[in-house]
Amino acid sequence: MTVEAIIKAQPLPRARAARRPLGWWLLILIPYLWLVVFFLGPFLIVLKISLSQTAIAQPPYTPVLDLAGGAHGLREFFNALSLDNYALIASDPIYLLSYARSVLIAGISTAMLLLIGYPLAYGMTRAPRGWQPILFMLVVLPFWTSFLIRIYAWINVLQREGLLNQLLLALGIVDTPPAWLATDTAIYIGIVYSYLPFMVLPIYATLEKLPEALLEAAADLGCPRWKAFWLVTLPLSLPGVFAGTLLCFIPIVGEFVIPDLLGGSDTMMIGQTLWVEFFANRDWPAASAVAIVLLALLLVPIMVYQQRQMRQLEGRS
Amino acid sequence: MTSVLDSSSAPARHQGISRPPPFRSDPATPPLVRFEAVGKRFSGVAAVEDLSLDIFPGEFFALLGPSGCGKTTLLRLLAGLEIPDTGRVLLDGQDLASVPPHRRAVNMMFQSYALFPHLNVEGNVAFGLRQDGLPKAEIAARVAAMLALLKLEGFEKRKPHQLSGGQRQRVALARALVKRPRVLLLDEPLAALDKKLRGETQFELMHLRQKLGLTFLIVTHDQEEAMTVADRIGVMDQGRLIQVASPPEIYEQPNSRWVADFIGDVNLIEGRLLASGAGCATIMSASVGRLEVATPAEASTGDTVWVALRPEKVRVSHTAPADGLGNCVAGKIWDIGYLGDISIYKVRLPDGFIMKASAANMTRLIERPFRIDEPVWLSWAGDAGVVLTR
Repeated sequence: MTVEAIIKAQPLPRARAARRPLGWWLLILIPYLWLVVFFLGPFLIVLKISLSQTAIAQPPYTPVLDLAGGAHGLREFFNALSLDNYALIASDPIYLLSYARSVLIAGISTAMLLLIGYPLAYGMTRAPRGWQPILFMLVVLPFWTSFLIRIYAWINVLQREGLLNQLLLALGIVDTPPAWLATDTAIYIGIVYSYLPFMVLPIYATLEKLPEALLEAAADLGCPRWKAFWLVTLPLSLPGVFAGTLLCFIPIVGEFVIPDLLGGSDTMMIGQTLWVEFFANRDWPAASAVAIVLLALLLVPIMVYQQRQMRQLEGRS
Repeated sequence: MTSVLDSSSAPARHQGISRPPPFRSDPATPPLVRFEAVGKRFSGVAAVEDLSLDIFPGEFFALLGPSGCGKTTLLRLLAGLEIPDTGRVLLDGQDLASVPPHRRAVNMMFQSYALFPHLNVEGNVAFGLRQDGLPKAEIAARVAAMLALLKLEGFEKRKPHQLSGGQRQRVALARALVKRPRVLLLDEPLAALDKKLRGETQFELMHLRQKLGLTFLIVTHDQEEAMTVADRIGVMDQGRLIQVASPPEIYEQPNSRWVADFIGDVNLIEGRLLASGAGCATIMSASVGRLEVATPAEASTGDTVWVALRPEKVRVSHTAPADGLGNCVAGKIWDIGYLGDISIYKVRLPDGFIMKASAANMTRLIERPFRIDEPVWLSWAGDAGVVLTR
């Protein structure tokens, strides 16, 4: 082989660069593996259970996948799967009512969170520079205490002889102590209290990045301060508003602890319905079907948000 | 301060100036903008101190100074984005103290451009007109005309992040210009552009001013930019105006060592004033010897003075100049800077003083006529230098 032939035999640099090294694949594999093991796997199991029938057995449903049965057993297994549980959810109004209630409560609380959270975040960015880390700290501070303990504390505050009623009586606002606990009001108080940081922080993050020069430019071009808020500040903080809304709305729909501890026995949010199916009725297939429908319900807003984000990213490049 | 202000309308005192200032304010016209003993402090530190300045209608005025000298603060005081602690700012004779920024008939082009990222080019330019509640048709017509003037047609629907730096700069300019302000304020408008584009845009700005007949107030730290575009330059340092004059005057007749050193390159030769008469001053310098300057010095005999001598006015030669009576001195080439169009020679005098001389490279010879360590003569005309007393 001549020297020229050896040189020619070398692959072109471009072709070599296109071949990914093994380490690259390993690195990419780790997050995918994580998603498969901890997200896709459990999801498929729940999906399978939702297509099964409840049974007094261990596990409490049939059919159970048994690979020892061979191809024939596998066919039997798939034939035994049915959409009965979904039919049940569609036919029994208790499920539909639970879903509707959950979405309604989540919608109203998210709206309240926005109304309280936006001014709070805006006030934080307007505060003197030196104060901002302290205010930020105050918003995050509740996370240092267990979520459950904080909800129990609210029971204490809201019960008939609780702090709230003592205060109202002392101020002469009411004569007889009203019942707060086991009402929708208590649920809203609990939810708004618990989720406020998730609304405030993303909005604060976008407002904080807003250059002061933009507001100065608006003023310079003849726009009074209050109008500049509507024309400049609000539109530019929408990404934060969207993020905060989703961060609150999605978990609130599936919220279980707050309505269970603060709400009445008649307030059935979907999380509680699911709990009852699973633990009280021991109907794993029905509970799984409820969970799958809930997931599908929440997937819609997530996908809308992702679409939006993608469009923004594409527009920027 | 008034004597400094009047200097632009007075005939050029220095005989070396051949280019007359292109703009002469008529002393009879009242100033458009007047800063009256304005002071502004930020947490105890003075940004602007007891500053008075008049800017006349149709003028292109540049505030020039190092960063942190208070020039941007002065601009923001006029825009209403800062409130003066002391003194008054007047526009058209009206005190602006009670006028909020959105009611002032001035518009600013921000250094960061401050374009609204959520609005497209059209929306950005129309923003100011919409605030005035003009009819839709008029807004559309004026925006279109402005975009055409600044060669931005076809970009109407683009968002700021889809534009190049130069295009963004023009959108920012269009947005401020479209409101037809009494004064257009430009805060370091070209700082973010590359050198070539900056040069082109400087001339574009001048043409715009001529076409629109507006008053421009520009803030810059780039002396070349100020010299190119402005009718008058106000040189600022530490919140004070040091000198206000036309570009040639600032360059050829600086009023202090600080201005001479800040604008361009200069040799500052310290000496004692021997004699000063009509059209002539004689200075004795330890490094250079006897110096003749063709202007009288405003100092008494025996005072310490400085002769400011621009490098391009100093001639380098191998032999002593034939007419070399007063202003010539022998030295050795210490360093050579070859810049292509010109070369800068640093010449070491016998006592160690380094004098700078620059010469245009008028031939294409790769071998330059002077080499390091070569003994040379420096000479200059009597009207090349100027005597400074502070």
